[in-house]
Amino acid sequence: MSEPILRIEQLNKSFGALKATREVSLDLYPGEIHALIGPNGAGKSTLIGQVTGNLMPDSGRIFLAGEDITNRKVAERAQLGLGRSFQISSLAVELSVRRNVMMAIQATQGSSFRFWKPVRSDSALLEPTADILERLGLTERASTLVAELSHGERRLVEMACALALKPRVMLLDEPMAGMGSEGANRMVAFLAELKQEVPILLIEHDMDAVFQLADRVSVLVSGAVLAHGSSDEIRNHPAVREAYLGEETD
Amino acid sequence: MTTVLNSLKPQALVSTLIPQTREHWINLLLILGLVGAALLAQYLGERFYVNLASRIAIIAMAAVGLNLALGFGGMVSFGHAAFFGLGGYVAGICAYHAFNMNPALGIGFLPEGTNQMLTIWAFTLVLSGLLGLAIGKISLGTSGVYFIMITLAFAQMFYYFGISWPAYGGEDGLPIYLRNELPLIDTNNRLTFFFVAAAMLLISLWLSQRLMGSRFGAALTMARLNPVRLATTGVDPQPIKLMAFVISAMITALAGALYADLNGFVGPNMLSWHFSGELIVIVILGGVGRLYGPLAGAILFVLMETWLGGVTRYWQFWLGLILLGVVLFARGGLLGLLAGRDKDV
Ligand SMILES: Nc1ncnc2c1ncn2[C@@H]1O[C@H](COP(=O)(O)OP(=O)(O)O)[C@@H](O)[C@H]1O
Ligand SMILES: [Mg+2]
Repeated sequence: MSEPILRIEQLNKSFGALKATREVSLDLYPGEIHALIGPNGAGKSTLIGQVTGNLMPDSGRIFLAGEDITNRKVAERAQLGLGRSFQISSLAVELSVRRNVMMAIQATQGSSFRFWKPVRSDSALLEPTADILERLGLTERASTLVAELSHGERRLVEMACALALKPRVMLLDEPMAGMGSEGANRMVAFLAELKQEVPILLIEHDMDAVFQLADRVSVLVSGAVLAHGSSDEIRNHPAVREAYLGEETD
Repeated sequence: MTTVLNSLKPQALVSTLIPQTREHWINLLLILGLVGAALLAQYLGERFYVNLASRIAIIAMAAVGLNLALGFGGMVSFGHAAFFGLGGYVAGICAYHAFNMNPALGIGFLPEGTNQMLTIWAFTLVLSGLLGLAIGKISLGTSGVYFIMITLAFAQMFYYFGISWPAYGGEDGLPIYLRNELPLIDTNNRLTFFFVAAAMLLISLWLSQRLMGSRFGAALTMARLNPVRLATTGVDPQPIKLMAFVISAMITALAGALYADLNGFVGPNMLSWHFSGELIVIVILGGVGRLYGPLAGAILFVLMETWLGGVTRYWQFWLGLILLGVVLFARGGLLGLLAGRDKDV
């Protein structure tokens, strides 16, 4: 195999007495979906937060395409090619869908210190925005305020914003939560196609979706990687079954 | 390509001048109302009211500056009096040295002041830009209540400095005996000076409109609404906010220079926290983050101050009640009340 595009080395992170990340090492290769599963509170979102720079690890390193990004700011990491979606969607709900995606397009053009030309009629922004909205089936919702969207639709808008960045890596935190089964099926199909374009580190609760999509799976329990392997290996892993049985009883 | 062609069509040009929405109509009425009032006052020989119109225009311009930071950038600055006063003192000190023909700051090789407004304005812009950069850089390291307190602290520093520096009047302030001048224009004429002030107000309104419609404005809006989202797209919110703070400071400072010339006087009161507070009140009254909110707010504020202030010493009590009403029931301020919700495409 080639070089990993994303490499996480021995990451640790505590919130006070709580160890949310313990000695986690992971990697992601071009063309693959690497799923991260684990019970609620296992530290999955916390791990993503450290990769994107919203949280600082206590120790450990993160490399993107061989470059150490551990000390980079959130915005710099995004520029270097980290695209993400949030578990609880983080958009400007007071603005329209179009405006949210336009901001991402604008960012890729590296041009936020332009003070004169109106964005309302700027085809360099509007056209790529329209393309991405089309691709995610959001064209009809372009002028709707994000506040008026369902949770599932907000997920799509986040995805649109992340795609607009033309990222080298996608970090998706439960992208199907809050979607109906139909929406979830469409998202699975979309991700299966997307992984050819950009490798994905996927956090997902829906096990069917995970085993359908993932090339590799890592299981996180209490902040540590409990098991790691192909979908089949993980499906039949005794410790994993136990961890999940434990989760299903509560 | 099509957009370029469209903007060249006569209909398109006209349509940018004719109001499209209720908010545009209200904006136009506010401006025409102010200019009409000044003309009427001049016609009736009511000098006081011509100057009052100038006062409204200048205070509105200062509030347009603050609105950029507070309304559009979400930075609640409680220290914009520092910039307003800076502009005032630049005008006052330049005029003082020009009048007395001695070098600025008492330092031999410095020029002997100036009575040219254009030069004064240029000084004001440079100095307030630098001051805005320094204060903004330090204050933006904090947020929320800390941002409010640190901007207030900076302004108070300048206030006490102004009070205790005897060279330029200290507590008593500094008179400007002869109003500063503009080329080809008689600034001593009341109505002419009003038109200068109104033109400056319109220019600052137009600038903020362009600014907020631009890519920079889109980024600033996102920095206010959701800085995490902005960073996630790859744009660092801090430099965007800092730039907005600097431009905001420059506009307010320019208004300060005009204000000193209007009154023929600059004193530490222009630097005081009362004025910072009044500017915030004006922005909230008019409608936070509404382009013409500061104008609506300044009209209401100055008229209340003048009329109610003549009737009762407790006019600020009534002002407080109105403010409470706006905060509780009309979140968009006067403009929100009159023009409805702000729309986004
Ligand atoms: N900012 C925070 N401060 C304190 N504790 C946190 C914070 N964020 C997450 N945690 C805790 O860290 C643990 C892991 O949380 P999280 O990463 O959200 O889990 P997951 O995404 O796997 O459900 C949980 O116990 C959670 O309560
Ligand atoms: Mg989570």
